[in-house]
Amino acid sequence: MADFTQTLMTAVAIGSLYALIALGYTMVYGILKFINFAHSDIVVLGAWISYTTSRWLLPYFGVDFSVSAADRPLPPLWIAPVILIISMLTCGIIGFVIERLAYRPLRRAPRLNVLITAIGVSLLLQNLGQLHFLFGTSPQTMPILLPNWELASFTFGSGESASRVVISFVDTMIFATSATLMLVLEYLVFRTKLGTAMRAVSFNTDTAALMGIPVDRVISFTFVLGSMLAAAAGFLQVMKYPLNQPAHTVWVLLGLKAFVAAVIGGIGNVRGAVLGGFVIAFVEQFGAFYISSQYRDVYVFALLIGILLVKPTGLLGSPLREKV
Amino acid sequence: MPLLSITDLSVSYGSIQALRGISLHVDEGEIVTLIGGNGAGKSTTLRTISGLLSPRSGTIEFDGHMIQGQPPHGIAQSRLIHVPEGRGIFANLTVEENLQLGAYFRHDKAAIRADRERALTLFPRVHERLQQQAGTLSGGEQQMLAIARALLARPKLLMLDEPSLGLAPQIVQTIFQVIREINQEGTTILLVEQNASMALQVAHRAYVLEVGSIQMEGDAKQLAASDDVRKAYLGAH
Repeated sequence: MADFTQTLMTAVAIGSLYALIALGYTMVYGILKFINFAHSDIVVLGAWISYTTSRWLLPYFGVDFSVSAADRPLPPLWIAPVILIISMLTCGIIGFVIERLAYRPLRRAPRLNVLITAIGVSLLLQNLGQLHFLFGTSPQTMPILLPNWELASFTFGSGESASRVVISFVDTMIFATSATLMLVLEYLVFRTKLGTAMRAVSFNTDTAALMGIPVDRVISFTFVLGSMLAAAAGFLQVMKYPLNQPAHTVWVLLGLKAFVAAVIGGIGNVRGAVLGGFVIAFVEQFGAFYISSQYRDVYVFALLIGILLVKPTGLLGSPLREKV
Repeated sequence: MPLLSITDLSVSYGSIQALRGISLHVDEGEIVTLIGGNGAGKSTTLRTISGLLSPRSGTIEFDGHMIQGQPPHGIAQSRLIHVPEGRGIFANLTVEENLQLGAYFRHDKAAIRADRERALTLFPRVHERLQQQAGTLSGGEQQMLAIARALLARPKLLMLDEPSLGLAPQIVQTIFQVIREINQEGTTILLVEQNASMALQVAHRAYVLEVGSIQMEGDAKQLAASDDVRKAYLGAH
């Protein structure tokens, strides 16, 4: 029971990360009908910007990086949201610039050209990031921003076999932050004029333009939103796992699984991306715990194949619309 | 001065020339119809006027401004509204959301509300279905929604592409009745139709387009009476 609860909590935390990233994939696909392969690099960028900002900001609050991590004082609690916001804003701007320079000139080009460009942008970001005056090639440890408080703990069983499950502050904040961002996005997409325009553009770009909707601006906005969510995911990831790797397989897999989440949920569907994120995290975490952790990636991709065989449009995806 | 005037407009799809230097004009308060067979270039004309296609040569002047080469959303914002063929309904949005998008670029809330009321009075069937997904509407209802939505932009010129396409005769009657009403209230209309007899009944003037050029033009009643038009488009023998 303790194991089950612990796994459940990890799955919820990881699932919300997948969901945040999957939202960026699915929004861009919904509007431009291509997979933005550079999206996972924005996640890494978000993590590295969080790291760099922390290194720069924390000494002003008495954190001395020359002593060992255990002897450093904690920065004030509000530093974490500040760094999150800096990272999100920076990535939002970068997302805007990427769309403007790399994708907009290809608006009328075949999908394949845009797809290859996206791979190019991804490689560019990966290699730029490893330049020594940017983030370098060695892994860095993210400074601790949040205290390791235990918000609650449960004990299952008694005596020798008793085991304790802890609800940690960090996990709770990961979930709370992701949930807040997703609710904001939900409100934006389904309750505002701009969100209605986004959905209209995703259904038919030309007709949306005939309504006087500035399509290019809506697309830019979509990229900014997606990149900000990706940055948040990068920040939350290094809150949970502080070892910050440059373009490492951890990141590649995180991005890839989030993409799988978007496909499983039904690519182009905002609620599907969230659902897919959690489904994948549950399958991965429970599979890893109850079957074998060696195959944790296998479960995810096996699930993808299974769902594509049964429902090729994903869980919440609608079949290709017919032209009447 | 005409509200819309097109001079020597040519459009190509790759090496295929779709419009070969057509000229036409629409005066304020008129209903002008553009009739012609399949592939004559009727839709191409409208798509070029609204900015979805770029002309190879020629000029389009609307309300005193040259608009050729402008982006479609800019042209729409100057209140030249195009209801495309196949209605252009956003099936993934509700009927209400579709309507609101018609007024996307407007900020005069009170006037928008008044225009919405007016549009819904013209189309009571749209009114009954405001909360429904637009994709669940019947073809006729979708066409009504498309016109109602266009009215929310308070158009100076309303361009309708095949509003009768695929609809039952009774619904076509309703829609043409509304087109007439909208026009009597002061909206200028450029109507593209394959249903030439309906179009010529409602229009003041007409142009006959064949293979990318204008073959005939003139008073709608006179054209409807001419032998050539009756043979080619009205099914007379």
